[in-house]
Amino acid sequence: MSQPDQTELNVRHIANLARIELTDDEATQFQSQIGQVLEYVAKMRTVDVTGIEPTAHAYPIYNVFREDVPRDWFTPAEALANAPHQANQLFVVTKVLE
Amino acid sequence: MHTLTIAGLRRQLASREVTAVEVIEALASRIQAVEPQVQGYLSYSIENALAEAKNANLDLPLGGVPIAIKDVIAVQGEPNTCASKMLESYRAPFSATVIHKLRAAGAIPFGRCNLDEFAMGSSTENSAYQKTRNPWDLDRIPGGSSGGSAAVVAADEAFASLGSDTGGSIRQPAALCGCVGLKPTYGRVSRFGLTAFASSLDQIGPFAKTVEDAALVLNALSGLDPLDSTSLDIPVPDFTADLGKDIKGMKIGLPKEYFIAGIDPQVERAVRAAVDHFASLGAEIIDVSLPHTEHAVGVYYIIATAEASANLARFDGVRYGHRSTSGQGLLEHYLKTRAEGFGPEVKRRIILGTYVLSSGYHDAYYLQAQRVRTLIRRDFTEAFEKVDAIICPTSPTPAFKIGEKSNDPLAMYLADIFTIATNLAGLPGMSLPCGFAEMEGKQLPIGVQLLGKPFDESNLLRLAHAYEQSTEWHRARPAL
Repeated sequence: MSQPDQTELNVRHIANLARIELTDDEATQFQSQIGQVLEYVAKMRTVDVTGIEPTAHAYPIYNVFREDVPRDWFTPAEALANAPHQANQLFVVTKVLE
Repeated sequence: MHTLTIAGLRRQLASREVTAVEVIEALASRIQAVEPQVQGYLSYSIENALAEAKNANLDLPLGGVPIAIKDVIAVQGEPNTCASKMLESYRAPFSATVIHKLRAAGAIPFGRCNLDEFAMGSSTENSAYQKTRNPWDLDRIPGGSSGGSAAVVAADEAFASLGSDTGGSIRQPAALCGCVGLKPTYGRVSRFGLTAFASSLDQIGPFAKTVEDAALVLNALSGLDPLDSTSLDIPVPDFTADLGKDIKGMKIGLPKEYFIAGIDPQVERAVRAAVDHFASLGAEIIDVSLPHTEHAVGVYYIIATAEASANLARFDGVRYGHRSTSGQGLLEHYLKTRAEGFGPEVKRRIILGTYVLSSGYHDAYYLQAQRVRTLIRRDFTEAFEKVDAIICPTSPTPAFKIGEKSNDPLAMYLADIFTIATNLAGLPGMSLPCGFAEMEGKQLPIGVQLLGKPFDESNLLRLAHAYEQSTEWHRARPAL
């Protein structure tokens, strides 16, 4: 298992992965604040978990199915009601290809 | 009328002493009188509530009872801002299952309660819109994230309210505002229509003035929902059925790990007095140990932020929500939309969550946290082999001052130290008033927390009711 050090945290890089632009002030502040949280979390990382299964859900349930039948849901107008930009009953997205 | 409990209000509505319209009118005048000080509602419509009241079926269990809603639970046609600029102009196109269930029981969903943005916080100071005040001391926070939901009940601006609890967001504000708050077992109540923060931890539950009222609301909320695949098909009892039964011989566990250095002495004194009171009612108090408690906050802030980073990826400025107009190209569109729409705490948590899931760090942080989560669950399973419930403080301190912790996220996270493990283990928990701390001449409520076995809300409510009915704390009201 890798044992990363919190000083490896590069807030700008991670923010970019999360698609959030940071100001210089935010980057400085978050670097220090998140760094402190990771220092606090370091203790949790020392717990011996040999042979312990991870818990993703308190009460795991599997294979929840419903009947594959049509049902009423949004009309196009309802689905688009909150769209910041729409045209011809479609969401308008920013151009991806030049 | 605004000081009535739901049970009291229902007696008057059922006997036609008052009408549902008169109830809304009384509520409106109370809100007008105290809301400028408390600021617990982000929005509300008296007009809509009156229209719904005119058609209320007073023969239903909650017929004609208005219930305030945290602004993170969808009500069709109403705002659902999550206290974020990201959703400033959003109107919910559908209603959450809990809203359909409340209406089926005759209740009237009323208003939108303030919260920490996307339910991330412990003081409601992270709202993008306003600071809600603690009705007991307007210079102090109401707790969070469901601070608005707690404050409006404490200030008699609501008979009850709904909140959501991911790491204590119902129980902690209930304790700090002096009301009853109940987080049901994970899977007891549908999350459909609750804006997701951390999906494996989130649960909707009631704030109320009394234990009986919390049971009445829980009756309406509970049950399997085909629209939430994590809701469970477990029989729903009448949660009021065991209220009033005596608690002689019931076993209550006292975990030594919850009485630690750093706990406010007035809080510790009040909670220990509550333990003695339970003993005097015939409960057997048994020492138990939850050895992994010290890791709960760390585990929580890994798992909750990881899940949040994935859940909040949906805010892309395309289908709904804020969209930046300044970006060039798709990448800048995302970067600027999310930079402009989210507040600082939400950004911090998304970044932390992205980090612990990122390549090279996933095993050391996220997987490790999930394994320690197993150990935390196991602690509870072992303790509950010996006891029916666990008793501990809800919050280590009474309400703190507005601004006191806003620049120290870690200190704020530690405010959740006694409530977080419950969510990690999926257990039910509730907070109820057990006394007051005197600080700078003000009386500040203290909460005692009861934790239960999975799906054993009935025993929690039975214990809580026995305590409440033999004490006077729940009758106290803030001077507003």
